[in-house]
Amino acid sequence: MATKHIKKSQKETDESILGGDHTYGSVNEKISSIVLTKEFKPVWLFGFAVALTLFLVLQISVGRLFTHYIGIWGINVPVGWGFDIINFVWWIGIGHAGTLISAILLLFKQQWRTSINRFAEAMTLFAVACAALFPILHLGRPEKFYWLFPYPSTFGVWPQFRSPLEWDVFAVSTYATVSALFWYVGLVPDLAALRDRTKHQGLKVLYGVLCLGWRGSARHWFRYETAYLLLAGLGTPLVLSVHSIIGLDFATSIVPGWHATIFPPYFVAGAIFAGFAMVITLAVPLRKIYHLEDFITMKHLDNMAKVMLATGMLVGYGYAMEAFMAFYSGNNYEIAMMKNRLIGHFAPFYWALIVCNLLAPQILWSKKARGNLVILYIVAMFVNVGMWLERYIIIVTSLARDFIPSSWHDYAPTIWDWGIFLGTFGLFFTLFFLFIRFVPMISVFEMQELVHKKKHGH
Amino acid sequence: MKEEASLLAQVREKLQGLKGPQFWKSLDELADNEEFRTYLKEEYPYGAAEFDKPVDRRDFLKLMGASLLLSGLAGCKPQPLEKIVPYVKAVEDIVPGKPLFYATSYLFNGSAIGLLVESHLGRPTKVEGNPEHPESLGATNLFAQASVLSLYDPDRSKAVLNAGRVSTWSRFVTQLAEDLESQKAAQGTGVRVLSGPLTSPTLLAQAKEFLALYPKAKWVEYDPVFRDYERAGSELAFGEVVDPVYSFDKADIVVSLDADFLFSLPGSICYAKQFISRRSLPGDGMNRLYALESTPTLTGAAADHVMRSSASDVLRFAAALAGKTGVTIPSDNTPLTPKETEWLNAVAKDLNANRGKCLVVAGRDQTPAVHALAHAMNKALGNAGTTVKYISPVEERASRHIQALKELSAELASGKVELLITLDVNPVYNAPADLEFEKHYLKAPRRVHYGLFVDETALMAHWHVPGTHYLEHFSDARAFDGTASMVQPLIKPLYAGKSPHEFASALLGKKDESGEDIVINYWKKIWGESDFTTKWRRALHAGFVQGTVSAPKNVSAKSGFNPQEIAYPAAAQGLELIIRPDPSVWDGSFANNSWLQELPKFLTTLTWDNAAIISPKLAEKEGLKQDDVVELKAGAGVVEASIYVLPGQPDESVTVHLGYGRTAGGELAKDRGFNAYRLRTSKEPSFLSGLRLRKTGKTNRLASTQNHHSMENRDLIRKGTLEEYSKDPEFAVVEHHTPYKGDPSMYPQYPYEGYAWGMVINLNACIGCNACVVACQSENNVPTVGKKEVLNSREMHWIRIDRYFSGDLDNPEKDHQPVLCMHCEKAPCEPVCPVGATTHSDEGLNEMTYNRCVGTKYCSNNCPYKVRRFNFFEYADKNVETLKMQRNPDVTVRARGVMEKCTFCVQRINSARIEAKKADRRIKDGDVVTACQSACPTQAIVFGDINDPESAVAKLKKLPLNYGLLTELNTVPRVSYLAKVKNPNPELVPNTGVPSHGH
Amino acid sequence: MPQIFHRSANTIAKVSIFGTVFFLAGLGWYGATIVRSPWTTRVGHALDQPVPFSHQHHVEGLGIDCRYCHTSVEDSSFAGIPPTQTCMNCHSVMWNKAPMLEPVRESFRTEEPIQWVRVHDLPDFVYFDHSIHVAKGVACITCHGPVNEMPLTWRQNTLRMEWCLQCHKAPEKQIGPKDKVFDVHWKKPANFEETHKEVISEAKLGKITNCSICHR
Repeated sequence: MATKHIKKSQKETDESILGGDHTYGSVNEKISSIVLTKEFKPVWLFGFAVALTLFLVLQISVGRLFTHYIGIWGINVPVGWGFDIINFVWWIGIGHAGTLISAILLLFKQQWRTSINRFAEAMTLFAVACAALFPILHLGRPEKFYWLFPYPSTFGVWPQFRSPLEWDVFAVSTYATVSALFWYVGLVPDLAALRDRTKHQGLKVLYGVLCLGWRGSARHWFRYETAYLLLAGLGTPLVLSVHSIIGLDFATSIVPGWHATIFPPYFVAGAIFAGFAMVITLAVPLRKIYHLEDFITMKHLDNMAKVMLATGMLVGYGYAMEAFMAFYSGNNYEIAMMKNRLIGHFAPFYWALIVCNLLAPQILWSKKARGNLVILYIVAMFVNVGMWLERYIIIVTSLARDFIPSSWHDYAPTIWDWGIFLGTFGLFFTLFFLFIRFVPMISVFEMQELVHKKKHGH
Repeated sequence: MKEEASLLAQVREKLQGLKGPQFWKSLDELADNEEFRTYLKEEYPYGAAEFDKPVDRRDFLKLMGASLLLSGLAGCKPQPLEKIVPYVKAVEDIVPGKPLFYATSYLFNGSAIGLLVESHLGRPTKVEGNPEHPESLGATNLFAQASVLSLYDPDRSKAVLNAGRVSTWSRFVTQLAEDLESQKAAQGTGVRVLSGPLTSPTLLAQAKEFLALYPKAKWVEYDPVFRDYERAGSELAFGEVVDPVYSFDKADIVVSLDADFLFSLPGSICYAKQFISRRSLPGDGMNRLYALESTPTLTGAAADHVMRSSASDVLRFAAALAGKTGVTIPSDNTPLTPKETEWLNAVAKDLNANRGKCLVVAGRDQTPAVHALAHAMNKALGNAGTTVKYISPVEERASRHIQALKELSAELASGKVELLITLDVNPVYNAPADLEFEKHYLKAPRRVHYGLFVDETALMAHWHVPGTHYLEHFSDARAFDGTASMVQPLIKPLYAGKSPHEFASALLGKKDESGEDIVINYWKKIWGESDFTTKWRRALHAGFVQGTVSAPKNVSAKSGFNPQEIAYPAAAQGLELIIRPDPSVWDGSFANNSWLQELPKFLTTLTWDNAAIISPKLAEKEGLKQDDVVELKAGAGVVEASIYVLPGQPDESVTVHLGYGRTAGGELAKDRGFNAYRLRTSKEPSFLSGLRLRKTGKTNRLASTQNHHSMENRDLIRKGTLEEYSKDPEFAVVEHHTPYKGDPSMYPQYPYEGYAWGMVINLNACIGCNACVVACQSENNVPTVGKKEVLNSREMHWIRIDRYFSGDLDNPEKDHQPVLCMHCEKAPCEPVCPVGATTHSDEGLNEMTYNRCVGTKYCSNNCPYKVRRFNFFEYADKNVETLKMQRNPDVTVRARGVMEKCTFCVQRINSARIEAKKADRRIKDGDVVTACQSACPTQAIVFGDINDPESAVAKLKKLPLNYGLLTELNTVPRVSYLAKVKNPNPELVPNTGVPSHGH
Repeated sequence: MPQIFHRSANTIAKVSIFGTVFFLAGLGWYGATIVRSPWTTRVGHALDQPVPFSHQHHVEGLGIDCRYCHTSVEDSSFAGIPPTQTCMNCHSVMWNKAPMLEPVRESFRTEEPIQWVRVHDLPDFVYFDHSIHVAKGVACITCHGPVNEMPLTWRQNTLRMEWCLQCHKAPEKQIGPKDKVFDVHWKKPANFEETHKEVISEAKLGKITNCSICHR
């Protein structure tokens, strides 16, 4: 019955997830041409310039950090974590959609993933790259970051494996590796295609090396499919593990506002929520600029909107439970913390968060709204902001007002906090712009499969 | 601060539209601009100086290298070679690696505090109290604790100056000889010496000798925190000047008439101990304190009943009370309000019921009449001879400082003075404004200044002679009870300084007599030659001369006063200004001491600034809030001050603290806060009415370390009354929301078999005097961070004193609670550290291994007590050589980027353990005394092995009052508190919030 | 279409893939070795001293006890470096013309201390106490090696934390009888632990792996 169901859903999707009347050639042409044309789109050049500038801001801010030390940030005691960890969690969260789309949707045979998985994966990769900066930058002694790795040191001591921060080290590095492999393996056949199409000798060699001598023989395809499936299998649990562990960073502590068992699942939901918001944020302009309406169809956006709505509701449930448990616990400190968020010192942030993450997505119930790019885009933007606010609420408001009133103190970011935050956008988009220009942003051969299916219906 | 703003504006303007080379050039000019440099300096005190300064190229590369993962190779290069430098000839009883302790005395406000000073290879590093000494009794105050830092102050004057140019001692002596020679004929008519209070027998003798040489010369004593009123008062009461010496331990009922006897009197360390000894463990015979105060003080915070009153009205209360205790007084035409009278009746009743077992104390800043009334009351109540005795004044000449200074500046004005020698005083800065001393000072044709710093007076003098720190010279001084105390050097003068005695002997025309000989010779005169050396050695060893306590004088106070003697003030008009010495920089002489500047002043928790302290009511009335800058106009002068709103401040009074607004005397001292001396008049130096307060619209952020004053109904400080306590001794044991009894932890309890270190802090004993905070700072190399950093809550103190207000906002209860690392048995900080930099020892210490810390700050986030401190910058000053000399070699100087916190003075535990192990015994109770514990005047802090049932700490932990902080989190803290029990008069509302009557 | 790559590319590819793995492994191994190598730890390096003082001559040859020069080793954390005076006690009469000893005499004349180069140098955040080690029966040579055979003094052990720990984790393996502590010739018999249980029990070795034992 399940299979029947899948078949059915496939039938529906197949029509709508590939628009226009495409042949193998046209698909290949359409996608690879973006990479293989000589001239640069002005839009691209402009975007890339902006990204590079922001990337420069990042480099300056980090340089400043290493020469003037961590005190240039706004953090203090009690608020020992600020923008650094907020950004870390936020970027890691964004990094989730990619693997989810590629791995989980693949396992569930969701055809509609095909056209978006490639750049979703890329997005994942770059987001994780941004996130991975912070565990090092946030250290008081970044030059000693390698002490977090277990290696036979001359101290005769090891890292402390009870610490969730130590779990992060493994969670994040594994996740980064697997998603990188996944993305690359997926690229191999297309790189081969580029190799064959490009006239430029240098590029030929480059793509040749990158595609690892792919000839597209049956054996290759067979190996490829297995490897891809295996990686998908590997990736799936990671989607859940990484953000669960990030959630544990907080849940294992005793800070009111952190010490909540619901964190792991609700962090994962939040991550997917944020991830899809970001995919939409990227997809909408992309399809417009590169005229990919046929490949990234309204169906895709519609599906993503639905996922967003669903995960959004999950996150909303998380908020509700947080608030409920705070009061239900009867714990003086938890209640005070929640009051601070609901009606107290931090209410503005909290309600802004509710608007962004809970109310804004509700409009997606209506098919019209889902079909309207502008609305969709705005909602996605709201969610991006909201998810950042969520981390701000969790980290800053909990620390600023904890157990002993004498130590309460607020947190104000400095320009260097902002510099690093904005800088990570620079890093992200620099990489992303390079990606869309030099690597096929949509999997050519998988699209061709779609074409095939569309033609022969099997 | 406005100067700043304008300066920055100038800078910007200067740099406007400049490009390339020009730009840099003008930057260089700026760097040469004195004003600009001072601005920079002032913003970045020592250590802070390089927080924001870019590191030089090599450090940069090093760091970048590190960050570029190259640091993995750090272990791969050989450690740089170090030199090891032995003595040439071994020094007697110095064993490298072992500290030595020497007895000496510290002169504060004209009174000697006996000390034992720790010395490492000839470097004094830490001050402890001298248990034998009557004023110290083994404890210290924050000034004594911080004094060791002043020794190494890089801003100390280093050379003899002549008109600002470096000169030599011999040149100075020749010049001085000439000047004095010319005065010989006129018997020194034109010579004036201005010094602090003469309580050093040797210096006094030298002064007398000088006056014998120059009969017409004058030797004037001036201390900005003077005791003129006390003296006038005792003259009024006894017909002669005597110093009262109190025995608070004998008093069941104490009434303070605006007297802060727990902190700011000579002898306060001893008084605090005596007073607390009667209430540290509540029960029968617990004493009761009624405090009448014109501004919140530690004494008021410790009192069972506080009545707020304008300073001028204190006389009314005193008289009324005297009337009720059998002293005849003139009638008052503005009687007190019924509520106030009701309060006084209760007090009087209590006093009369405890004749001979009570005590009335008048505050130094109160008028002579109040002092006289206090004496009369003590006589009438039969306390004289029991709870208070009278001795001939410790300051033998008992001169009236203000009067004397007034005459001096008049003489200066009239040009009578030809040679003015200022000896360790700074009148140009701290003379009352109306004397216009700085103006008249210049009229003296020859001005000589002697002192530790090139201060305001030095800058205007012809000659400046650098003084020596008390740890650098031989001297002597009298304690509050007359005990002659010895001052001996622990280190050779760091700079070309001369001891006060050496300087004085130059005045006497004696060439190059060593300070040591001068003091020795004085005592030779007293003791005679016969076995002098033994006596001398004994005195130096003990730190004071046995049996020199002044004998009680048989005096008897008047039993009645006539209207001439007691003139009631006219009902005050408008606001009243109250001028008090600053809780941490006192009269300004500590203004260059970073420990004291950054010490949160008790009750306000202000650092690096003084403020105009007003009540919430007044703030509301005037529409003012904290940090608003107001213009204060009173007496002779005008100042701009930032507002601090302090609950408990009388509604019609504004309190300002002395010691700020310095213009010289060190980089830290300069340009902080405002100079309250500008508002002081010689007529009304302590308080005056008719203050005018104007809002300026400007603001200046005050750096207070605690911005939240309510306990938010969290049972952090648990307190009750003696009544409640006797009904239910376990009132402090609060039932928590844990239905599950037994051990809520999943893990089995760790068995602590050996030692188990623990601490009890007795909230009944803690008066919040801050001595422990400075002691900890000095013992553990705790850095200071500067105002900017304090504003962002980055102060580094390992022990802090939390202060909470409760009850009536206008007259709240004020509670102190020292908080340090609780050394939790289930410490939340430990499991979250990814590198295991904070761990647990099998003796229950929560260890912090700085050199393993990478600085994730998670431990601090997860610490419910927020006692962990983080080095956001390289706070420890690694540039100023002298400051390095102060550091305790047994404690790591923490680097930037690492977490740090209280270690229970593990260095002391370790050395005790090692000694015990070598002697093959257990550590005895009392072998390990933490720095905070030893500094505490009231023994509020008790530390020891809780596994040893006989230890003091174990016994205290068994008391019903014992409770832990946030124990509901199952942190199992090793530090616990004894709940506070007050002893209010059942007939009055506790801490009765009767408002002072608005006029 | 011509082939872009030569056939050899295949092999190169394979090799390079495995090559990287082995290269990284090798790199790790190299790092681990070099940090422990004498080059970084200075083990066995005799350092140049202002005066080429020979423990071999003074201890082995003349049989001078360690404590004659290192006076505070039994009561202080610091063993003590002899003041010039100590040298001069003998060298004012013997070898008092030897040019080799000129720096010593000069120091004595000018009161300028001799600046020795530290051989055993711990980081500033490590607090080592000689007296307790000696009191517990850790012989000088246990850490300092056969000093009596060193013409110029060198470091016998790495003084790295892992080295300290291997004793602090199992002190009973390292201690000997207290009267043998300063005996440079005493060789610890095999199975000492079994044969001399009383020595170990008398030493009353507590838990000494707490961080605060050495770091504070």
